[in-house]
Amino acid sequence: MHFGRRAMNWNALLPLFILASSLLPGLVIFFLPEDRVRTRITLNMAGAIIKVVLVGFVLWGVYIGQHYETRLPFLPGLDLVLRADALSILFITLSTILWLVTTIYAIGYLEDSPHRSRFFGFFSLCVTATVGVALAGNLLTFVLFYELLTLATYPLIVHRGTEEARHAGRTYLTYTIIGGALLLIGTVWLYGLTGTLEFTHRGFLAELVSTQHNALIIIFILLIAGLGVKAALVPFHGWLPQAMIAPAPVSALLHAVAVVKAGAFGIVRVVYDVYGIEFADSLGVTLPLAIMAAVTIIYGSVRALFQDDLKRRLAFSTVSQVSYIALGVALVGPIATIGGLVHLVHQGVMKITLFFCAGNLAETLGIHKVSQMDGVGRRMPWTMAAFTIGAFGMMGAPPIAGFVSKWYLGLGALDAGQDWVIFILAGSSLLNAAYFLPVLHRAWFKEAVADWPTDHHFGRRETAWALLFPPLFTAFLSLTLGLLASMPFSPLVWARFITTLEYAP
Amino acid sequence: MSSVFFYALTGVGLFTLGLYALIVYTHLLRKILAINVMGSGIFLLLVSLAARTRGAPDPVPHAMVITGIVVAISATALALVLMLRLREASDRVELPEEPME
Amino acid sequence: MIMLWHNISWQAMPVLLPLVGAMLCFLLPQRIKFLGLMIALAIAASVFALLLQVLDEGVLRYSVGGWGAPLGIDLYTDGLSLLMLLMTALVGLGISIYAIAYFKSDKAVHFWPLWMLLWAALNALFLSADLFNLYVTLELLGLSAVALVALAGGANALGAAMRYLFVSLLGSLFYLLGLALLYHSFATVDIALLAQRIEETPAVWAAMGLMSAGLLLKTALFPLHFWLPPAHANAPAPVSALLSALVVKASFYILLRLWLDVFPPTNSMLVQFLGLLGACAVLWGGLQALRQTRLKMLIAYSTVAQLGYLFIAFPLATGMAWKGSLYLLISHALAKSAMFLAAGNLLRFGGHDRITQLDRVAQRLPLTLAAFALAGVSIMGLPPSGGFIGKWLLLDVALRSGQWWWAVILMLGSLLAAAYIFKVIGHAFTQAEVAHEAIEVSKMMEWSAFLLALAAIVLGLVSPWPLALMDIGSPFNTALSATCTSGVAQ
Repeated sequence: MHFGRRAMNWNALLPLFILASSLLPGLVIFFLPEDRVRTRITLNMAGAIIKVVLVGFVLWGVYIGQHYETRLPFLPGLDLVLRADALSILFITLSTILWLVTTIYAIGYLEDSPHRSRFFGFFSLCVTATVGVALAGNLLTFVLFYELLTLATYPLIVHRGTEEARHAGRTYLTYTIIGGALLLIGTVWLYGLTGTLEFTHRGFLAELVSTQHNALIIIFILLIAGLGVKAALVPFHGWLPQAMIAPAPVSALLHAVAVVKAGAFGIVRVVYDVYGIEFADSLGVTLPLAIMAAVTIIYGSVRALFQDDLKRRLAFSTVSQVSYIALGVALVGPIATIGGLVHLVHQGVMKITLFFCAGNLAETLGIHKVSQMDGVGRRMPWTMAAFTIGAFGMMGAPPIAGFVSKWYLGLGALDAGQDWVIFILAGSSLLNAAYFLPVLHRAWFKEAVADWPTDHHFGRRETAWALLFPPLFTAFLSLTLGLLASMPFSPLVWARFITTLEYAP
Repeated sequence: MSSVFFYALTGVGLFTLGLYALIVYTHLLRKILAINVMGSGIFLLLVSLAARTRGAPDPVPHAMVITGIVVAISATALALVLMLRLREASDRVELPEEPME
Repeated sequence: MIMLWHNISWQAMPVLLPLVGAMLCFLLPQRIKFLGLMIALAIAASVFALLLQVLDEGVLRYSVGGWGAPLGIDLYTDGLSLLMLLMTALVGLGISIYAIAYFKSDKAVHFWPLWMLLWAALNALFLSADLFNLYVTLELLGLSAVALVALAGGANALGAAMRYLFVSLLGSLFYLLGLALLYHSFATVDIALLAQRIEETPAVWAAMGLMSAGLLLKTALFPLHFWLPPAHANAPAPVSALLSALVVKASFYILLRLWLDVFPPTNSMLVQFLGLLGACAVLWGGLQALRQTRLKMLIAYSTVAQLGYLFIAFPLATGMAWKGSLYLLISHALAKSAMFLAAGNLLRFGGHDRITQLDRVAQRLPLTLAAFALAGVSIMGLPPSGGFIGKWLLLDVALRSGQWWWAVILMLGSLLAAAYIFKVIGHAFTQAEVAHEAIEVSKMMEWSAFLLALAAIVLGLVSPWPLALMDIGSPFNTALSATCTSGVAQ
């Protein structure tokens, strides 16, 4: 009896602890003087490691059926709810592991840069917001952390303090604040209609009378538009390529883990846990969403073909790839759902590898453009090896993780009766090949033409250890996620589990 | 009764005249005088209202008027000092143009 | 000790202490900073004691000198007045701490007595239970505010002060005229008694119009807002904070009391008109703020816009809408005071407040910029902040009742606020073309601004308590709420 009560309290506090593990170090780091490098690194790493441990514990707990929920009164009739359910676990595990890796990378990348205390402070806030988005148990909590994410990422984008950065920041804000406003209006309106905002498996809107269905459709549009800004759905994607101005760790974090995934995750939540996939289908909103996602997939890939700047090419690739998640969500069928959900994890791991490599090229050799990459495979073989794995994963080549998601998406499209999606997937793979293979060819098979723009030597290693380890780790992860997809605890198995909850038996 | 009404009407009339003067005239001293005239108009109205009951007049409006006079004196004093300071600082005895930035 | 605590009427203390304080500050100029701080702390403590007393005993009424209404002066404390008193105490304390570091002795000897008088006027205003006492406190408030604006010296400040004085007096005279008409009709100026005796006669309509006009002028509702930007921008930073955060709210409070308690229920055209003026204020203020090149003018126009929000509750007119409006009011008080204090820091640091010339302030004055940014979060209505709570409540009522256009205005206002606030923050990160000599800014000034901004954020996390506080004495269950929701779902 006594033990039961104690366990109950822990379960209510754990989500808060997970948030605190990055919030508290972040707040302390803000006040650290610039020269306290050791302290800062210790705080960063300690926070990241503690978070991994806590999330691992919660992961195991959810697997055996424990409930973790924190409830705090926030507004009349609405609580702030942090809940670790199966879907949250998917996202939060991704964020936490990738945050640890990105922290190591950022420490190496920003060595001797100015204003590191400020950077890591906001970095930690950013992760706190992402974790909050993952753990949100109702739409209100989601909106709160979603907006917090906007506020925490802005200083990272303008970090360098140049006019360029300020303009990029302004573009970013224009898109995200308007998106946030649309999301908020949709949320308040929905609350007025239903009196609740709790995420429920299979949605909580099916009982509403049909006279309100028009309102629900408009609300869906508002919510998806608001979320689509961060998820970089066309035509809301304009901020993403411009945000490349930020330092590489920021791009890696934003585009693989935090901002873009938060938008995609939001779309997943809205379709499954607010509307319910079958109800959304009956409203007729799933097909337009699928079409929007398909357009984005093709558009992003086409734009990527024409970019010479490496990070911009990767940015457009992100625009394209994240929409796979939206596509999987919008196709009404469990197999497609599995594909979309699992791609949330896979795309994150693969894309972050690519961004790490791009950052290595820029930091070590001063390379920013694809045209400068001739023969770089000889100079930085490990980095380019990781890049190759990531690129093949993007193309969907087995046994890398990207193949698994595309396979399920394709099967799911057939299962849902939307055969045209197969063409989209195939076309996208071809386009991916078209913009990645030339890069690989240049790097491995061409001779280095001139000297690199800048050249930092690190002795026998090709680059600093802190810059080398992260991409190798994430590339390794991409391989194992694909090879070991059927093992328990793999994202695929987890996605299957979530899907069983979202469809009526 | 009607003479009281006449006083009340005068009070309102003074108020209106003062308001007109406040808006139209630009010289600060005229504006200050306009405010005072408006105030006096209201006081006249209040005092005349005090006589509405038969028999002894109602003392409450009288008390209000006395308070009002005290307030008006303080306000006028402040206004006059401000006007003088403004004239020292800017050589003009008018309100400055609103800055259009 | 407990017995003593119960026997003191804590209602009189918040009025008495600052009055005594003003005298002491005037008489003992050598110890003025110490005195000022002590009195500010004492006032805050007395308000807190009053809070405890009200939580214990419910609504309080106190007759000064033992003479009750209708002839004497009554002090009346319900949840709404208590909320305003607490807001004033918190903001006042923060500004006092800032002012200790801000003013040199020659200005300080003038600032403190005037500030204490202003604080006394505010507290007395929130505690008043009859209309004439409100008039007196309103005048005291106006005169001390004008004198504080003029404190900066220089033609700009003096001109702004002069204009402010005329506006203040004009507003009070309109109010007094309306009051005279009300007294003539009902032989009382006590709010509670008037609420019982009020009827719909032409005299009452006239009184309503006159008093509202006067109070709207003092609250700077569009289009009567012309006097506010010069006055708030040209005053010294702590004075600007006082004016935007507290003084303009006092006349709004009186207007709210009159409409909720005294005036008879009116047809919906009038409240829609007030809401329309509020909407215009939100849009006009926001657009003008965006155009400003000087930081303090931007913040002043932001006040004009934020005051417009408060009036959107009038056409919505349910208990929740009033609460949302009041939540915006108190969050704005904390956030706007923090903003003006931060602007004061920037002005002191760089010698100027031109927005595009803010030279890497993010690096050099991080605490001040953090204060500005956190305050901005509340002004924009982004979570977590008090501004978000207020915005949510108003949005909820607007969308539920089908008056969705107010929701659109609220969102547009937030977008405009985001635009002008991030304009400042963006420039704070970048380098200016011309480097400026940096002058040291005291830590006390930076921390007081930061803590006030933090309070605005915290207000977004603890919303159940202020909302419950507002309900003590149920000031919102009145005729206005009942009739104006005709045809509109609760």
